[in-house]
Amino acid sequence: MNFDDTPQEAEFRAIARKWIAANAPKEFEEELSKSSLGRIRLAKHDMVEVGKAWQKKKAEGGWACLHWPKEYGGRGATPIERVIWQQEEGVYGKLTQPFQIGEGMCGPTVMAWGSEDAKRRYLPKLASGEEIWCQLFSEPSAGSDVAGLRTRAEKKGDNWVVNGQKIWTSGAHYSDYGLLIARTDPNVPKHKGLTMFFLDMKSPGVEVRPIKQANGMQEFNEVYFTDVVIPDSQRLGAVGEGWSVSLTTLMNERMSIGSRLATGVPEMFEFCSNLMLEDGLAIDDPAVRSKLASWAVKASGLKYTSYRAISALSKGERPGPENSIGKLVSGLMLQDIATYAMDLEGAAGSLTGADEEQANGQFQQMLLSSPSMRIAGGTDEILRNIIAERVLGLPGDIRVDKDVPYNKIPTKGR
Amino acid sequence: MNFDFSDEQKQMRDEARKFLSEQCPPKAVREVLDGKAPYDKSLWKGLAEMGFLGVAIPEQFGGAGAGHLELCVIAEEMGRALAPVPFSSTVYLAAEAILIAGSDAQKQKWLPKIASGDAIGTLALFEGKGNPSPKAVKVTANGGVLNGVKKPVPDGAIADFAVVAARTGSSGRESDISLFIVDLKAGGVEVKSLTNIDLTRGQAEFTFKDAKAEPLGAAGEGWGVITQVLDRAAVLTAFEQVGGADRALEMGRDYALDRIAFGRPIGSFQAVKHMLADMYVSATLARSNCYYGAWALSTNAGELPEAAAAARISATQAFQHCAKNNIQVHGGMGFTWEFDCHMYYRRANAVALGLGSLSYWEDALIDRMRKKNAA
Repeated sequence: MNFDDTPQEAEFRAIARKWIAANAPKEFEEELSKSSLGRIRLAKHDMVEVGKAWQKKKAEGGWACLHWPKEYGGRGATPIERVIWQQEEGVYGKLTQPFQIGEGMCGPTVMAWGSEDAKRRYLPKLASGEEIWCQLFSEPSAGSDVAGLRTRAEKKGDNWVVNGQKIWTSGAHYSDYGLLIARTDPNVPKHKGLTMFFLDMKSPGVEVRPIKQANGMQEFNEVYFTDVVIPDSQRLGAVGEGWSVSLTTLMNERMSIGSRLATGVPEMFEFCSNLMLEDGLAIDDPAVRSKLASWAVKASGLKYTSYRAISALSKGERPGPENSIGKLVSGLMLQDIATYAMDLEGAAGSLTGADEEQANGQFQQMLLSSPSMRIAGGTDEILRNIIAERVLGLPGDIRVDKDVPYNKIPTKGR
Repeated sequence: MNFDFSDEQKQMRDEARKFLSEQCPPKAVREVLDGKAPYDKSLWKGLAEMGFLGVAIPEQFGGAGAGHLELCVIAEEMGRALAPVPFSSTVYLAAEAILIAGSDAQKQKWLPKIASGDAIGTLALFEGKGNPSPKAVKVTANGGVLNGVKKPVPDGAIADFAVVAARTGSSGRESDISLFIVDLKAGGVEVKSLTNIDLTRGQAEFTFKDAKAEPLGAAGEGWGVITQVLDRAAVLTAFEQVGGADRALEMGRDYALDRIAFGRPIGSFQAVKHMLADMYVSATLARSNCYYGAWALSTNAGELPEAAAAARISATQAFQHCAKNNIQVHGGMGFTWEFDCHMYYRRANAVALGLGSLSYWEDALIDRMRKKNAA
């Protein structure tokens, strides 16, 4: 048992480190190191532009989407090399945020289901950040039950005409292409009437509107489709096979290993080490210590769980199911930590003015943003279902709409 | 990165699991639970024959000389099987104390007997309520004899010898504490069995009346050794706890698949599924913390104190969580004597206290993290 690289891994790490030292945009290092939670913002620069420049440089050096085959813009690297790259890329990895949906979900779906022409046309530009992709799955009435989606695509000659609405689309306003799942047959059960497409986000009839979120920010969008025309050549998989195609996408969403999940623990530890309470430092209070310790072991448990997965990759094995716990643990922990940090400040904990805030107001922001951590990318409840069914082998839910034609499924609760 | 046990170590785990499933089925645990025997003697003998008792004891002292990673995988299986033998007190506490502080002669005298199953050892540290602290040690050592009372002492009633923490000074500092080995068969120690919530592991009270004692390690350095022993035992015990947590989770899962209510397996209800999923999360976090503890233990890393505390806390929480929810999944059947759920519940809650309670280790973890952050 050790944490050492194999000789090949060490060699790869050295090459990556050297390249990063010579090429990384060091002028942003400090700013990137600070923004640990939530979306990244740069004070004087546009995040997408800075990200695109870094991504382009990486692509030229052979470091973009490095686990992809070379002919599609990657490096043909092994899974463990990808992890090593992420470790070495460090804070600059935060600049890849605009490309993560494309790299992690849309790209793999095109790779698995697209024609050879489509792969050669779209994947290299996705990898180099020249073209940004977004994912158009969720709808206002189809979240966890995404197969219940309503957006319609109807065949007209060689084209499809799309009408409907998507929601929670990150980066739709700066994306060039979108991966879209739509209903092509409402007369069959819901999973069987779906088809996957990709489309140009600048197509006539596509309208992107930002959503004002519960935390007051605007990070996601609604996307409206009004008679949007998509050529049949931009279909991925057979008509009616969209659900299977979407599983490729969603599986990739949950496979990201060694990803940087914020837990809030280092911030909380520092906060408690400096906060003066009536009887002394917060960290000397037994109740505070007990809570801190419980959170600290969760954070370390997550860290070493990902180390176990990395070790499996290093041996060329498939990581076990342990990694599925990450977001479930960290999402709730962020919310609990924020609540408790504010509790320690008493009534003043609710204040958010620049003069009042302790620790730059990060816990107040964390509190207001954390509900989304427990919803986006699979709610806590869906993640528990996945663990229960796929890891523990418990029966799936009884689905009352399974064999019912989509257009006969009730749409109102009462 | 190779943050995993080796194939040989995994093979040893499989061997231990097979051996324990044959030699230590729930029926055997119940012999001790029901008070028919103080511990499972034939299992103890079998463990010695398998080489498990001395797996981390060097060959020159009669052990297998394998190491602590091997001991970790065996510990996990012992916890999984609820093995009713004095493994933790003899191997994690007494043997570790002697390995750390013992003279060559002491090692020669006791370690081969531990490895062969001929001597049961324990650590007599606590004196009534409270967590490990040099201030709580009142038993005195004067002129080579001990006086005072220790309780609870794990497996004290069946032990042949004990490592005892005693007071040799009155400065109010840690250096007041020294360690001694007491041969419990040599007279001068009254041993009284105490009842406790885990009926598969005994606890005792020792009353020393001018009991002859041999110093273990240098005078005044006892507390440092105790701290090391507790850290090492914390990692090993955490593996037992993870083994128990995993077994409790499996029992709950299996029952949820078999038991029908409202016309369907109860494991198809989300309320039950989510409870089991949360148990899996706790057990997984604990296992990963334990692996880190195992690494630190086996390499004697400077990170051991922090890693041991994290493993201990995480594993304590996981075992308690899994054991109590295992009963909940079983419903009324889980509250019968006949079902095994209560054996895991008892063990989970007793083992949570044995090396100092959760709050003690939480406190220790924060101290150790601060020390690291300050460094």
